[in-house]
Formats: sequence, structure tokens, C-alpha cells
Amino acid sequence: MTAGDDIYGSAEHLAFRETVRKFVQSELVPRAREFDHLGRIDKTVYPKMGALGLLGIRWDPQYGGQGLDYSYHAVFLEELALCDNAGVAMGISVQTDMATPALARFGSDALKRKYLTPAIRGEHVGAIAVTEPGAGSDVAAIKTRAVRKGDEWVINGSKMFITNAATADWLCLLAVTDPEAGYGGFSQIIVPTDRPGLTYQLLDKIGNKGSDTGLFFFEDVRVPLSNTIGDPHRGFQQQMNQFQDERMVPIVMAPVVSRQVWEATLKHSQERVVFGKPLAKMQVNQHKFVDMMIQITAAEEFARRCIRKVVRGEDATLDISMAKVFCTAVEQFVANTCVQLFGGAGYCWENPAARAFVDSRLVSIGGGADEVMKQVVAKILQV
Amino acid sequence: MKILVCVKRVPDPETVIKLTPEGASIVTDNVKWVINPFDEIAIEEALRIKEKAAGTEVVLLSIGQKTAQEQLRTGLAMGADRAILVLTDQVVEPLAVARVIEKLVGTEKPELILMGKQAIDDDSNCAGQMVAELLGWPQATFASKVVLGGDQKGAQVTREVDGGLETLAIPLPAVVTADLRLNEPRYASLPGIMKARKKELKEIPLAELGVDVAPRTRIVKLETPPKRTGGRKVGSVQELVQVLHDEAKVI
Repeated sequence: MTAGDDIYGSAEHLAFRETVRKFVQSELVPRAREFDHLGRIDKTVYPKMGALGLLGIRWDPQYGGQGLDYSYHAVFLEELALCDNAGVAMGISVQTDMATPALARFGSDALKRKYLTPAIRGEHVGAIAVTEPGAGSDVAAIKTRAVRKGDEWVINGSKMFITNAATADWLCLLAVTDPEAGYGGFSQIIVPTDRPGLTYQLLDKIGNKGSDTGLFFFEDVRVPLSNTIGDPHRGFQQQMNQFQDERMVPIVMAPVVSRQVWEATLKHSQERVVFGKPLAKMQVNQHKFVDMMIQITAAEEFARRCIRKVVRGEDATLDISMAKVFCTAVEQFVANTCVQLFGGAGYCWENPAARAFVDSRLVSIGGGADEVMKQVVAKILQV
Repeated sequence: MKILVCVKRVPDPETVIKLTPEGASIVTDNVKWVINPFDEIAIEEALRIKEKAAGTEVVLLSIGQKTAQEQLRTGLAMGADRAILVLTDQVVEPLAVARVIEKLVGTEKPELILMGKQAIDDDSNCAGQMVAELLGWPQATFASKVVLGGDQKGAQVTREVDGGLETLAIPLPAVVTADLRLNEPRYASLPGIMKARKKELKEIPLAELGVDVAPRTRIVKLETPPKRTGGRKVGSVQELVQVLHDEAKVI
């Protein structure tokens, strides 16, 4: 039995992994640098993924999903992580793991038919709009306001650091709808991006260059009340639930990318000769490779522990909060060490360690910063 | 109509092949196995015919060990309707393969047999031709295009031949073998993979078929191609001609 066989070792999982691998290696990897230059994913990729059943693995077959458990989704994320472009992996996982889970779990039948089904088919791209210029990890401090007028919400405010800003067809927005009601005063609302009064501006990031990240402005943007996801008083709680899906993404992907960069760096270090012998044969570097592999192996097992819990439907908040800190720290440690091993080449964009170095800087910030994750853990552990 | 597609389990073309110490077979540990790529093209072609002609049934056939189930399941996940696996541990040569297919054609009665032009492991390129001969059916090999007649009584098959294309008109039933450029096979979709679990995969022990599969040939030796060595630069055309004449002895 090899690692992970208990969760994704069945014949169907293996066949599925093969399908995702073929897709990622033939449709995404050859275009990885093209997407960097484009600054976004070519949207024609989404319908192809939809046709293979990749965009709604866990969601209800009634809306075009596959109705399978998280183990299949984990296989998808692991293979997607190998697409050689962290921005592309992020953009796609925003669709599957950050913008659609609340809609799939709490949305009305009509809302799911209108927005979830096209997203699963890859005809629509979704984005998640929670963070604001004045509120990130402190989600309850958001100011974007949706006011009820007749049978519509009228929305004013702004949203910051939104992935898929230019490509999104709709946003899963978190807005204040009842300022007096505390945590019961937030709603999740689907906002189509073609609504009058909604504009965006792209941001120039240091990494994840294959994705379009932007700032949205809402000026009297009107959407029907029926676009509200689930209970209008439980938007905050629904979003907290959706954050668990979001945090699983770096947990699953970081160990995979770490191992990939480690392998590329080892290959280079075995070929590169300095002072008469391969770089990899120097004891100081052998220890670096071993130290990295100890961390990578631990991160892989921590990720599988989280996947198992999610598959079994257990509350995984404690593990997810800890694993997000750990797995992303491992990726940063590995990327930084690999840049050093590559030397000057490791400081050039074409180098995988260089890209991992800047891309991995995001993962301990996005989806809940390390500090916030540790506060969650401290609360659960009552320390 | 019914289409029988023959599928062979072969090592992944990207696998690095190692020879056993005796040198008459390959090391099979840690080898990744796939559907013979030309057979995968044959499956795709059958599925495209099925998509155009309602009521078409695509049946897969493989001969080999139980592990060949994996390749048949992949074909079922691509969209084939059911599969037959003729079980045997012994090496089955092209003529024996052709006889097994002939036998199963007797019970399955397909109107069309589609298979790869050759398997990439032994590159024999003769099973399809032998099947046609044994059945007395027309054959169109190395197909790069297959157009089925509207009445499903015949097909036009374009073949890649030296210096151009040749188009044959053949009556059905017939044997068609697929070349590389016939189509680009689809990936198995996730719904396809889940559906494949429930599709019929019938196993028949080879002995039950009463077919003579005794080997007529024996592999004496396998050799890897000589290791590539670096090229050599020459200073002038004159020197090149001289080297080709004196050392390489090719002119």
C-alpha cells in the first residue's frame, strides 16, 4: 500500500487521476508561460474542463455535478497543482473551491440552475468577493453595503484582491445587509459582473502572474433579492464554511508543488559541477535536500489527514487551520532553499524555483493569513 | 450496427524499457501499462460512428491477463458499451490473436472490426490482415479517414500510402485498422469513469474457445538500439565526402 491508498487508491481514482493528468499536461502545461503574459487564463479552458466533469466533482448531479466525495476532488487539485502556473491553478480553484461551495450547499434551486449549472459546465467563471481595502482577515469589518429596495438589493462599496477579476461572469459577494444585527447582518449575494455600476481595476502582483487579480467598485449596483444565497442573515457563517474549502486548496497543492520543485532542483544539482563535483554531492547540500524532504513528507501526510477528515464529513477546522500554516510554510521553505541551490538561475522567471519563490509568498496570506489561522487554533485549543 | 474494437495492453510508450538478463523479454516491474495508442484511435473512431448512427453498439475485446481489465475499463470510460476479456497467461502471437477474434466474431457477429494498425510493443502489424483473411472479409488497413455509408452496407476508407492517399470502397462486414492521423482520442471523463464501473466486462478463459494458439515463433534475442554518441564536425565539404567514403563507407 502506498501513501494515500486508503483515500484515493481505487481503480476509479487512478483512472480519474490519469484523465486529469492528461488534461493538465496537454492543455495547461504547454500554455503556462502564455497565461503569464496574458495575465489570466484563456477562458476557453473552462468548457473543456466542464466536459470532462472536473468543475463540479462534489456537487449535486441535478445541477450537472458528479455527486462524488472530496477524495476525487483532492485528486483533481493535486494534478492541477502540476500545471506549472500557480496563477492558473488558483484561478481554476477559485471557481471550484471558493466561489461555488456556498452556492452549491445553501443556494435555492432556481439560483443553482441559473449560476451553478453554467459554472459546472465551464460556461461561467465565478469569483469570490469578500476582502475589502479596509478588511481582509477581519471579515466582520467589511463595509460594502447592500440595501433592500423593493425586490432588489442596491449595493455600494468596494472589494479588493479579487481573483478572476477580468474573467469572472459573476461574483459571490459578501455584503452587510443589516448593520444592527452583528454576525447575523451579512448576506451572500450573486452579482453578475455585467451589472451597471460595477467596475474593476487590475492589480499588478509580484507573483501568480497567470491570474487576473483586481479591485471592484460598486456604485448603486442592482441585483434581484432572489440572488441571495441561502439565509440572508447567515451570510457570514456560510462564508466561514466556504473558507474551509478555500483553505484546503493550498493544503492539498503546497506539498505537490514543493515536491515538484524539489525534484527539478535535485536534477539540476546532480548535473551542475562545482569545484570538481556535483552540487548535490556536497554534504552541505545533501542535508538541504534531506531537510526539505522531511518537511515535504510531513506536509503530504498532514494534507492527507485533512482530506480524510473532509471525506468522512468530520469537522476539520482545527486540522485545516494548522495545516494551512504548516503546508504553506513548507512550500516557502522549499522554494527559498531551491532558489539558493539554483544560484543565479533561481532568480530568473523561467526557473521553477524562482516562480515558486514568489508564488508561494501568497499562500500564507490568502484565504486566511497565518496569524488568523493561529488565532482560530488558539481558540479551539483554549490556550 | 455492432462494432468490435480490439484492444491490446502495452507498456506506455514513454516508459524506459529494460531487458531481462536472458535478453528475450522485457522487465515488467514498474512499467506503466496503457491501451495500445493505435487501438485507442480505433476506439475513438468507433465512438464517433456511434455518436452519428444511433443504435450502434461498441464492444471491446482484449486477450491477456486479468490486468488487461484496466485498459478495457478505460475504453468503457471513454464510452464503449461492453467488453470481453479472453483470459490467458501465455504469449499469444498475431495468428493466434486473429483466430481468437475469428471465433468471437462467430458469436458477436459485428458488422465492423476496428483495430490499431499494429501494437507498439512488438510492431508485428499483421493481426488485422490475418483476421480479414480468416473471415474472408475485405480489409482496409492504415486508415486515416473512415466514412460509413448511410445504409451501413459499406464504407469509404482513406489510407495513407507512399506518395499520397488512396481511398477504398469496401462492403461490410469488414476489417479496418487505424493509423495515427485517423483522429485524436478523447480523454475518459469523470462521469464516463463512474459509468464504466457498472458496464459489463465478460471474461472467457482462452481454453474454452478451443482455438489453436500454439506459438509458431520464438523470440531468440532482444537488443536495445546502440547508444547515441556525439556528432563530429568536419572542416570542409571535401573532408565530409572523404569521411563518408573512407570511414562510414556509405558513398
